[in-house]
Amino acid sequence: MGWAFVGPFMGVFLLVFVAPVLYAFYLSLFQNQMVGGDKFVGGANYLQALADPQFWDSVIRVVVFLVVQVPIMLFLALFAALALDSGRLRASSFFRISVFLPYAVPAVVATLMWGFIYGPRFGLFGSINDFFGLNLAEPLSSSWILASIGNINTWEFTGYNMLIFYSALKVIPAELYEAANLDGAGTFRVIRSIKLPSIRGAIGIASIFSVIGSFQLFNEPNILKALAPNSISSYFTPNMYAFNLSFAGQQFNYAAAISIIMGVLTVIVAYVVQLSGSRKDA
Amino acid sequence: MSVRLSPAHSSDTSPTTFPEVKTRRSPAPRLNSQRRGVTRKRSSILLTILMGVMAVYALLPLFWLLVNSTKTQTSLFSSFGLWFSGDFALWDNIVGTLTYNDGEFLRWLANTVLYVVVGAGGATFLATLAGYGLAKFDFPGKRGVFAVVLGAVAIPGTALAVPTFLMFSQMGLTNTPWSVIIPSLISPFGLYLVWIYALESVPTEVLEAARMDGAGEFRTFFTISLRMLAPGFITVLLFTVVATWNNYFLPLIMLSQSTWYPLTVGLNSWNAQATTAGGEAIYNLVITGSFLTIVPIVGAFLFLQRFWQSGLSAGSVK
Amino acid sequence: MKNNHRFRRVATAALAASLLVGGLAACSGSGTPASAGAEGASAEDIAKALDTETTLTVWGWAPQLEPIVKAFEAKYPKVHVNLENVGTGNAHYTKLQNAVKAGSGAPDVAQIEYNALPQFALSEALVDLKEFGAEELKDNYTESTWGSVNLNGGVYALPQDSGPMAMFYRADVFEKHGISVPTTWDEYVEAGKKLHTADPKAYITSDTGDAGFTTSMIWQAGGKPYTLDGSTKVAVDLQDEGARKWTGTWNQLLKNDLLSPVTSWSDEWYKGLSDGSIATLIIGAWMPANLESGAAGASGQWRVAPMPTYEKGAAATAENGGGGDAVLKQSKNKAAAYGFLQFANGPEGAKIHAANGGFPSTKADLESESFLNAENAYFGGQKINEVLVQASKDVVPGWSYLPFQTYANSIYSDTVGQAYGSKGDLNDGLKAWQDATAKYGQQQGFTVTTK
Repeated sequence: MGWAFVGPFMGVFLLVFVAPVLYAFYLSLFQNQMVGGDKFVGGANYLQALADPQFWDSVIRVVVFLVVQVPIMLFLALFAALALDSGRLRASSFFRISVFLPYAVPAVVATLMWGFIYGPRFGLFGSINDFFGLNLAEPLSSSWILASIGNINTWEFTGYNMLIFYSALKVIPAELYEAANLDGAGTFRVIRSIKLPSIRGAIGIASIFSVIGSFQLFNEPNILKALAPNSISSYFTPNMYAFNLSFAGQQFNYAAAISIIMGVLTVIVAYVVQLSGSRKDA
Repeated sequence: MSVRLSPAHSSDTSPTTFPEVKTRRSPAPRLNSQRRGVTRKRSSILLTILMGVMAVYALLPLFWLLVNSTKTQTSLFSSFGLWFSGDFALWDNIVGTLTYNDGEFLRWLANTVLYVVVGAGGATFLATLAGYGLAKFDFPGKRGVFAVVLGAVAIPGTALAVPTFLMFSQMGLTNTPWSVIIPSLISPFGLYLVWIYALESVPTEVLEAARMDGAGEFRTFFTISLRMLAPGFITVLLFTVVATWNNYFLPLIMLSQSTWYPLTVGLNSWNAQATTAGGEAIYNLVITGSFLTIVPIVGAFLFLQRFWQSGLSAGSVK
Repeated sequence: MKNNHRFRRVATAALAASLLVGGLAACSGSGTPASAGAEGASAEDIAKALDTETTLTVWGWAPQLEPIVKAFEAKYPKVHVNLENVGTGNAHYTKLQNAVKAGSGAPDVAQIEYNALPQFALSEALVDLKEFGAEELKDNYTESTWGSVNLNGGVYALPQDSGPMAMFYRADVFEKHGISVPTTWDEYVEAGKKLHTADPKAYITSDTGDAGFTTSMIWQAGGKPYTLDGSTKVAVDLQDEGARKWTGTWNQLLKNDLLSPVTSWSDEWYKGLSDGSIATLIIGAWMPANLESGAAGASGQWRVAPMPTYEKGAAATAENGGGGDAVLKQSKNKAAAYGFLQFANGPEGAKIHAANGGFPSTKADLESESFLNAENAYFGGQKINEVLVQASKDVVPGWSYLPFQTYANSIYSDTVGQAYGSKGDLNDGLKAWQDATAKYGQQQGFTVTTK
């Protein structure tokens, strides 16, 4: 009976996810040449990917991104959620909506807006530089570009994560607070002993989705590339590498191998994050 | 729900206070949100300032968008980005956006609405059905289902794009609205949300009672369970609406006729116009168009926001 | 039991549905009508095709295509044309390549720039227009544009526009700082130094690296980085004499900080063109229309002069951009499609094209009195076409692009772009580009030689 309910979802899922993944795997076992056509090569694409410096460059980059941006973003989201939950904030509805609003903005538009602000000559940074006679770092230069993209990402998703945490905080039974009140526990003690432990699950889920999102980073660097072509290479992130291999180089097979490797890597890392989270519980 | 007269754990030695004895007869746990009446906290200036900084950070680019929607193409280039220029051309820009190229913006708007209604609506329906099924029924392969779905989310979208494109093109689906709608029907996060919510808020006793009355499972679902699932359902709807409204990558690959573009892809093509030999730069329309694209979603948020809280709260219990 | 039964019913229904969809799709996909079978057609066949109820799909981004299509439909009312802008440049080529690879979904006619044409011709996606009598049209077009469509003995497109390079400059900025119009590259570098010293916010030109620009500049300097031998042998040499001449000049501009760091075709670039902080543009003859719409604020300030040269008095230019239109092999209406090309890329279309800001590739239009004498208000009344037509005559002959040029261009910023970014030596960047391009060629089965 359960299958009757789950069936429709799984049916479309098979068509939209499973079939393409299987097809991608099939593609990854071949090579196609402009001169020569298709030929079966087995695992050659995978071996090539594992030895490809551009591939590893992109992987290391998203790992660095993940390690820095995800904690910052989740910390900000947690801070905002706790602030909203504390009951000590004026106009909390306004703050809740403003912080969540960026999530509603399409990535195309968000990158457009931030691209302007980052503009070295006429953007906000440029204007500030001129006005104050400073020489602030250029957000679109190679040394700062990853941080700039991290900023756009943080801007886009902090509100979303904040909402997850906030909702989790709202479910905490009031008895716990009363007990703490009786004990005379202060705000920070309450946070440490009650709030944070209670929303551990939400933090875990948000972390996993953020990790997966970081590994799949694509929209922002891809759109920003037109503005900063020398700072963002065609292999800036694994997804961009696969995308450009497919569409600029028509190397669908190699791109498929890269994507499958990335998928496996992501699953492993997400699993590890999940495990380490639940181990803390035990 | 019984009343606690003594604290659950007292690790602090602090002056004892007589606990307030309260009796409440609600079956559900008393949520944090309902304790407002108990104590009044002083609002913290520091906290307000810090959140204010965050709000400014969140709203600044949107403010830029609003301000620059009022500028003409030439004054875009000659005025300071964060403040208005001399001329207020918002109305002209809006008219320009809606009428450019025989009103293709309106066509794109209609397309996006179609994709959202069918895509997000369909996704919510499928996720709700499946989440309910996972929560309330036991069947072989149940554990596998969620693992596989979560695993699939980890596969990069670009990996799926090309094979999906090749598959769809053999099925004759590319360049049709189906190529956009079908992939958007799967929301793994939605599935998870409804699953969790259903576990919490649809008591099995009610289902048992309905079964004993002889009602079929689907009938029970539609007449009883769905109402109980409403907040979770609405939350999934909100998230899928945002996702389909903002859908960009896959439509970009699947569609080659601008008549079927959603707003995101359409705006991008307008932006790219400036980069063509002899092309007409229409930055003011791109900016105004972006502004107009965001307004409906903001409206949807404000309208549905009361469902946020209750919907997501259950999803975060686990 | 009840559960299993219902499940089986649902499953069979789902299976049946998917089979039905698959079957329908297969039906609609196959079935080639007899008319699509034979290649080539006579003039009568083409005329007949244009007199039959047909729908043609044309993919292109050039703004002049719209008025051309309208005029075509007016002349041939039975033929309806769906003009689609599926993207610019690489975005458009990606869609085209995808459709070719998928075996369906390609248009009847596609706009293809000269630098991308070899790629599509080689992958046998395009119809050889010789079979429709295109060979007779050779003398209508300039040598360089015909050379760009006449590949390996076949004619794979009809030229639409051309982009002989010239120097567009801000007369007001030059006058303000007492700079005379440079005629050689040495003079150009000197002008750049003088300008930037006088006004640190102004630059002689902007350049953050552009594949098309680089190849055109090497072209003007006499370099021949890409040579084709047959259809499988390719030579890539981005360090020959011509390349070195270009880097000799350009390195000076780069190292001395004389290039504006604004990326071309961005909104900041348009701003720079409007406010005078970008003083010259070395670019194709199609630029006036873009200046008029994107930098309207600078109307009356821009002028055109011939491109600076390496030797005083030795006029030389190159083509930058420009393209034509081709017929796809997937088309089911090849005769009608060719009929469209005859119109669009023939004298009638060329007139409409020129009237809408396009720069022609047809000799007749380039040499017409009215064209040469036209005074352009945006350029302060200058007869810009005199300069531009002369430029088209001075194009250095013998250039070719790679059969995988779009890929090579896509990795330009990974290689040469890095030299721009770090203000290093462009020769190193070119070498990196050469190596990466050669590697790709070998992976694709070509025999690649490099120096």
